[in-house]
Amino acid sequence: MEHAKLYERLAERLSNLEKFPRIKEEKSIAALMEEHGISRRDFMKWAAGVTAMLSLPSEFTPLMAQAAELTDRLPVVWLHMAECTGCSESLLRTDAPTIDSLIFDHISLEYHETLMVAAGWQAEHNLESAIEKYKGKFILMVEGGIPAGSSEFFLTVGPHGQTGQKSAQKAADAAAAIFAIGSCSSFGGIQAAHPNPTNAQPLSKVTNKPVINVPGCPPSEKNIVGNVLHYILFGTLPALDAYNRPKWAYGLRIHDLCERRGHFDAGEFVQEFGDAGAKKGFCLYKVGCKGPYTFNNCSRERFNQHTSWPVQAGHGCIGCSEPGFWDNMGPFEEPLGDRLYHTVYGEGADKTADKVGVALLTATAVGIAAHAAIAAVKGSGKTEE
Amino acid sequence: MSKRIVVDPITRIEGHLRVEVIVDDNNVVTEAYSSSTLWRGIETILKGRDPRDAGFMVQRICGVCTYSHYKAGIMAVEDALGIEPPLNAKLTRTLMNNALFLHDHVVHFYHLHGLDWVDVVSALKADPRKAAEEAFKYTDAPIACGADILMATQKRVAEFVKKGNLGPFANAYWGHATYKLTPEQNLIAVSHYLKALELQRTVAQMMAIFGAKQPHPQSLTVGGVTCVMDLQSPSRLGEYMTKFKEIADFVNRAYYPDVVMAGKAYAGEPSVTGGLGVANLFTQKEFQINAKEFLFESGVMMGEDVVNLITGKPFKVQTLDESKITEEATRSWYKDNAAYHPYEGRQEPNYTGFKDAQTINDKGVLAPTKVIDENGKYTWVKAPRYDGKPLQVGPLANIVINYALGNKRVKVVVDQFLKDTGLPITAVASTLGRTACRMIEAKVIADNGLEAFNALIKNLKVDDSTCTSYKIDKNKEYKGRYIGHVPRGVLSHWVKIKNGVIENYQAVVPSTWNASPKDAKGVRGSYEESLIGLKITDLSQPLEIVRIIHSYDPCLACAVHVMDTKGNEMSSYKVNVNGASC
Repeated sequence: MEHAKLYERLAERLSNLEKFPRIKEEKSIAALMEEHGISRRDFMKWAAGVTAMLSLPSEFTPLMAQAAELTDRLPVVWLHMAECTGCSESLLRTDAPTIDSLIFDHISLEYHETLMVAAGWQAEHNLESAIEKYKGKFILMVEGGIPAGSSEFFLTVGPHGQTGQKSAQKAADAAAAIFAIGSCSSFGGIQAAHPNPTNAQPLSKVTNKPVINVPGCPPSEKNIVGNVLHYILFGTLPALDAYNRPKWAYGLRIHDLCERRGHFDAGEFVQEFGDAGAKKGFCLYKVGCKGPYTFNNCSRERFNQHTSWPVQAGHGCIGCSEPGFWDNMGPFEEPLGDRLYHTVYGEGADKTADKVGVALLTATAVGIAAHAAIAAVKGSGKTEE
Repeated sequence: MSKRIVVDPITRIEGHLRVEVIVDDNNVVTEAYSSSTLWRGIETILKGRDPRDAGFMVQRICGVCTYSHYKAGIMAVEDALGIEPPLNAKLTRTLMNNALFLHDHVVHFYHLHGLDWVDVVSALKADPRKAAEEAFKYTDAPIACGADILMATQKRVAEFVKKGNLGPFANAYWGHATYKLTPEQNLIAVSHYLKALELQRTVAQMMAIFGAKQPHPQSLTVGGVTCVMDLQSPSRLGEYMTKFKEIADFVNRAYYPDVVMAGKAYAGEPSVTGGLGVANLFTQKEFQINAKEFLFESGVMMGEDVVNLITGKPFKVQTLDESKITEEATRSWYKDNAAYHPYEGRQEPNYTGFKDAQTINDKGVLAPTKVIDENGKYTWVKAPRYDGKPLQVGPLANIVINYALGNKRVKVVVDQFLKDTGLPITAVASTLGRTACRMIEAKVIADNGLEAFNALIKNLKVDDSTCTSYKIDKNKEYKGRYIGHVPRGVLSHWVKIKNGVIENYQAVVPSTWNASPKDAKGVRGSYEESLIGLKITDLSQPLEIVRIIHSYDPCLACAVHVMDTKGNEMSSYKVNVNGASC
């Protein structure tokens, strides 16, 4: 779509949204910002950053700012299935005191077991009334895999012992948009790794409604917040890849923007953790980095407000945002070699873009094979200086 | 006539937990059941995998104590292979552990447990000026307690409450009779709640400096750590030290004074001055601060010795005998009931479900409900025992045992706390004590955590090694374990390696000890034991139950990761092996 047309469409969406009553009759986000000492200038800088993150042209920045200010139109229900709460923890790491955290202050979090004060019957009541009151209007975010089918009893919640599967289905039926937060709800996660003892399933397998997957173990706070903003801006599903991941976040491989990429291209590899190459920041491919096979924006966005990410801390990527990575990517400290990992095959929403991905990946695989060959000639096991 | 109350979900914890109690005509708890309602099976998934992957996989047991299982998985394999990591690696692990504990304890007190002590709505009635003065009663230099900040905080809460939609604060037990802080004290705590919400992100960054990210850091490897470039960067080290000082400052000027404040206010509230739970305590050494020393030491103290300690009589602290640890499943949803040592543990699921019944609901009337089968199996948590007896683990056990051992770094804080609150030492053996000991543990770390940092700098000048090389011999069999203290108590991981892959893996975790159901002899675990004798003010608002359970900082995903370690077919249920990926 042309920029002008897209701009018009988004502006219209936001102006319509503005007419909706605020769910949370609290302060405006502008007032909250003032309280936290964030200037309008800083806010616009932040909005420009998110605009770039979502791969929108820079002239869309004012729209992004407006979208952020409209988060009070958004009720959110967050469900915990078979999980470790890492995704919720990641959410709690959103920037402070900057805008990302204010957005989660600002939206109306109707149900979230880790954060909510109510317990027991009162908690169940909150969930039921939120689903009823905001039917067709709320965002559902689900964390965790879902023990399903004849195994659904592996998870029950509430005084009525409702299974996680039923609870997720009920909420999904009434939701306006559904996000699977993290690799567990996106693809099943650790509990679904072979032999999947509890028959844990991704959210998309237990509901017929479209699910946007936001994988990662956990996904960065940027990817969680970015999707909320995307929904406010567009009101529709974002462009998705073959695994229903938003392309704005999962369109590139870790490898594409990796800070150690130059060493990969130069054939400079860490041969063993702690060796001279490790001290120099050489490429981690040979100690198992799965960056070339993994689609995510970690190398650009990093974690904990850009503090670091695995490759910076000297450990390879383990591929945590790919389907079935616990089974496909191990052993995590050994290279996959020139094996072609079927990352982008399957039914894609946009096959053209995916084919480009295939071509790139193949090129990389060839590159890796070439490097492996070069290293073999040089004598593997020795650090290349 | 006796009545039953069901609390499910217990919110503001990790995982899925149900508690049921039976009360008599005076609303006094006569029986209690703790039930976990989720099961994941991670140990079975580990079978047949590369031992080097164990740390990454077991880390996903929990994203809250996100470093505990990672380190345990790595160190269990190191123990099995007989690897000694370089001192730099050990100290770096301590630095990450500092971040974990400080993060976990602060978040637990303010965001998970705090609202059991703090009535947010009551803060609206406070006089912010008086509150500002009040804050100085507990510390010379309070944080975020100026009248201006308290006024703004109050305004923020007022608007939140007034205009209806309370979001995550909706439908709580506000106004409950057992909330004991004054409006001014509540306002101080609410201000710290907000401050801590910001600060916890800083502490997460503190872990990420050497750990890559938080949750789920990724810089440990069997044999050492991988963050060698960060360790060689003075700016990264400086970043760590600055953030450490920031959180240590908060612990000293907000967390410590707030617990003193709560300790004084709640000293006369019977629902929290009791509830010790299982009196047998267990802790394990942790936090290596130099080549030889640890911040906390190990020990086991059985009930009579705990009583003797606090009554000033001779007592003894036992040394752990690992062979005496077992897990059994008489009341847990597994087939095999017998007690097994963790190296030999087994559990084939045997889900018997709930029964239909009526219990008191949120309106205080009987309503149809599911309840556990009190005569049968009722939880996914197994019953760990030491020499056949239940143990309590966690900060209370750690602080009491280290106090008993004469650990100077611990003793100074405990004595100061007792002096500042005017509480007798017996007060430690309670629900209130459990919450206080968590703070004391955090303060001991805040006061001494930079010792490891300084030792690391010193060592880096003469030694830059971060990893020890090793080979896994496929023809050899290995066996090893990690036993250490994590934020919720003693965690142990047990691994057997054969043919170069994991043959067997077991984790016996803090919340399994504390959330244990009854055993074959009918002996309760600590959650259940703590609730017996509790008088509940209002059956429709069981705040006292939630408060007692939260004082343990439950982590149920940790407690119920377990699965058949013998590879038995789960014959009664269909398992879809290929259902995992898309």
